[in-house]
Amino acid sequence: MKAIGEFIILFALWLLLTWSLAPAQVIAGAIVSALTVGLVGDIFLFKVGRAFNPVRIFWMLVYIPYLIWYIVLANLDVAYRVIHPDLPIRPGIVKIKTSLTTDMAKTFLANSITLTPGTLTVDIKGDELYVHWIYVRGKDVKEWTEHIAGRFEPILRRIFE
Amino acid sequence: MFWDTVGYIFIVVGVVFDLLGCVGLVRLPDVYNRLQAATKCVTLGTAFLLFGVFFIYGFSALGIKALLCALFVLISSPTGAHALARGSHKGGVKLWEGSVIDLYAEDSENK
Repeated sequence: MKAIGEFIILFALWLLLTWSLAPAQVIAGAIVSALTVGLVGDIFLFKVGRAFNPVRIFWMLVYIPYLIWYIVLANLDVAYRVIHPDLPIRPGIVKIKTSLTTDMAKTFLANSITLTPGTLTVDIKGDELYVHWIYVRGKDVKEWTEHIAGRFEPILRRIFE
Repeated sequence: MFWDTVGYIFIVVGVVFDLLGCVGLVRLPDVYNRLQAATKCVTLGTAFLLFGVFFIYGFSALGIKALLCALFVLISSPTGAHALARGSHKGGVKLWEGSVIDLYAEDSENK
């Protein structure tokens, strides 16, 4: 079941990339997808059945524009710091605690953090993320978590948990 | 015609962000801060360029490829930055002297 789901995802990706239904392309795509699933299908972390769950897909579609909005804000923030003559930065590495449990959700959280305002994930240990922050605000783990991860966790929980 | 204009606007915005990212790369003081500029401005700039190509070419072989490339850049760029930051820290690269806190180093020493 897992292998079939992975095959469908990879094959769909192939069709999108080649954008052609010529028999040679389709057969090559099927062979390559099957080979990929056979060789490295085991390391795929996500439970494939979840990729076809409409509720999760809906929240994913909500999440993408939400994330892009914060990415744009992040860029304006960093761009402002970069062109400001005094270079107003106050960097440091802080620690946040996440309540997400699956590896896939943590991966997305870490990548979302890296893409948004002044924060860059350095390492994950269990449920703790070490985050490099270009302008540290707040004093303890709780405040940092609220600042950095608070806006993503509720939606990510609906998608991946 | 309308979508061409939208596409060109996206490309111009993307190039501006790419430029700002490069300025950041030169001006910011240490590896970690420079990665901030590299992951944010440059990722978004590149994604905007690719979105612009998608708007101009629409649902054709080229447009869809550009869209998928934007998706791959958005996934792989933060992952690469994460690996670089972690590797630098483990390799002993110090934070800039103006940094206020380094819990990662403190926690690593205590364990």
